[in-house]
Amino acid sequence: MTALLLEGVSKYHRRGCSLVAALRGVSLSIGTGELVVIAGPSGSGKSTLLAIAGTLERPTAGRVTVAGRAVHQLPDGELSAFRAARIGFVFQQFFLLPSLSAVENVATGLVYRAVPAPCRRAAAAAALEVVGLGHRLDHRPGELSGGECQRVAIARALVGQPALILADEPTGNLDSTAGAAVLALLTRLNAEGATIIIVTHSPEVAGSVPRTIRLRDGVVEHDTASRP
Amino acid sequence: MSGQPGRGVRRRLGSAAPAGPHGSHGLRPVDVARLAIAGLCGKPVRAALSALSIALGVATMVAVLGISASSRAQLVAEIDSLGTNMLTARPSSLLGAQNATLPAAAPAMAARIGPVISVGAVGAISASIYKNDRIPAANTEAISVEAASPDLLGTAGGHLYRGRFLNAATSRIPAVVLGSDAASALGIGQPGTQAWLGGQWFTVVGIMEPVTLAPELDRAALIGFAEAAELTDQPVPPTGLYVRTDPQSTGTVGSVLAATVDPASPQDVQVTNPTDALEARADASSALQGLLLALGVVALAVGGIGVANVMVIAVLERRGEIGLRRALGARRVHIGIQFLAESSLLALAGGGAGAILGGFATTAFAAARHWDAVVPIPALLLAVGSALAAGAAAGIYPALRASRFSPAEGLRTV
Repeated sequence: MTALLLEGVSKYHRRGCSLVAALRGVSLSIGTGELVVIAGPSGSGKSTLLAIAGTLERPTAGRVTVAGRAVHQLPDGELSAFRAARIGFVFQQFFLLPSLSAVENVATGLVYRAVPAPCRRAAAAAALEVVGLGHRLDHRPGELSGGECQRVAIARALVGQPALILADEPTGNLDSTAGAAVLALLTRLNAEGATIIIVTHSPEVAGSVPRTIRLRDGVVEHDTASRP
Repeated sequence: MSGQPGRGVRRRLGSAAPAGPHGSHGLRPVDVARLAIAGLCGKPVRAALSALSIALGVATMVAVLGISASSRAQLVAEIDSLGTNMLTARPSSLLGAQNATLPAAAPAMAARIGPVISVGAVGAISASIYKNDRIPAANTEAISVEAASPDLLGTAGGHLYRGRFLNAATSRIPAVVLGSDAASALGIGQPGTQAWLGGQWFTVVGIMEPVTLAPELDRAALIGFAEAAELTDQPVPPTGLYVRTDPQSTGTVGSVLAATVDPASPQDVQVTNPTDALEARADASSALQGLLLALGVVALAVGGIGVANVMVIAVLERRGEIGLRRALGARRVHIGIQFLAESSLLALAGGGAGAILGGFATTAFAAARHWDAVVPIPALLLAVGSALAAGAAAGIYPALRASRFSPAEGLRTV
């Protein structure tokens, strides 16, 4: 079963009068239960790839299938519902809401699924337990370290039990120790069954996972899975 | 196994994991309120300041409406305490006949109507009153000299400030009773004083308090009908009747009074109930009240613009949050509703505070004047409702802007 299937995906951004290619005919397949790093220098199109895989952007051309559902032509409302149910995001900047506690931030991940508040809170507490922050439920982001903040964000991505977790430079804002801990957490979650795609330009992250897809100038330069 | 996370994570998330069926999507109304509260709590000082201007507008509106309602209630209570069962009958002024009078028998005829309790009569005479005999004749101070029957004071609901009213005895001698304005215009404050009336000295025997139901008596100098006839060398016909009736029958008496007092030409008699005119005046909103109300509306509009301004800034500042919420599955409309709810809640809070403030202002004003405070509920609802409308209107543009951000854009720009 494929968690993510891209077939000839291209994306052009309009810059003034000219079109700039971010992705040029990318095809790749990622199976359920995989842990994949998408690497490449800045400008290689990896962030665009993540946005398209996460249905935040639509491809200019090509077909995108996430968890068995063709999403490249879905209208905005259905895409939103699909994201709410099937995709979890982790960002470099965490994007935690500063006025909410850790458990409230995690519970935000279920707000748009019409889950009643007490159920949201219970699920959020369980997810924080999974990422090892069961003792920090009521701390605000300002009272947590960077590594803890990112673990809260991972719990928020996890709480909806998505088919796919997309992490954009999850260690980019962290020191090496905290970064390693976050990476270890993602690896452990993958070992427990979660499908995770990490976008990064860090070689250390790229070297520590089973499969790395290297992008350059909007095309797949190298995919360790296709090695003979 | 189709794309679900592995059994390990699922098991560890346990039974507490979201119970909602897959594909269930939406934002519950209670969560809209929660989001709005949380959003405003993010910047409490800013929220409080922009709610303040709304509060001032609403407080102004509530206070203006409350104070005028209190004043009206006070006036109506005063009128009611005087009794609404008094009628006046006068020669109609519509015909333009300035010398028109009522028949001499009018008071007696009116008194014969069953439910009539008492009748007082006045008769205008062409004479003037002065403080003494050295005042130039032109300085009349606009005081009218009228003949009055002894029943007049009680019938019109008047009271004496000092001295006594005319009685059967003093009606036949040069004695005069002054209305309150007439007394102060003449500079006479004590009974016993002499005044120059119609070319001879009269003794002031009484000074009246202001008469609410018959304010025309305040600027009158009253002498007895007999003395008036002596002064003018002819009988003085009545030119005004004050008729006090049984309270249940005032309307009935009013409909027969004209024909009773002047059977020959009832159309020439004008019958009025003075309390009707007073209550109508109490109802009429003054120009000042309208102006203050407009001021409140302007303050509310300014407050609404302030809220719109704050919300536009908030939308720009919170592009990251908007992008995140879109990534978490919020539809465009969910984002719009969130910001609309924030601005509405802001205005509602301001409106509620303003309504309380306006209520206090009304109570304080009424207490200072020893009135009963009246804060009309419709005025409260109107004020808070218009605050809510202003907040919702102010939120429309920022909400539209917020909902139009593309999710990827919001997440990139930080």
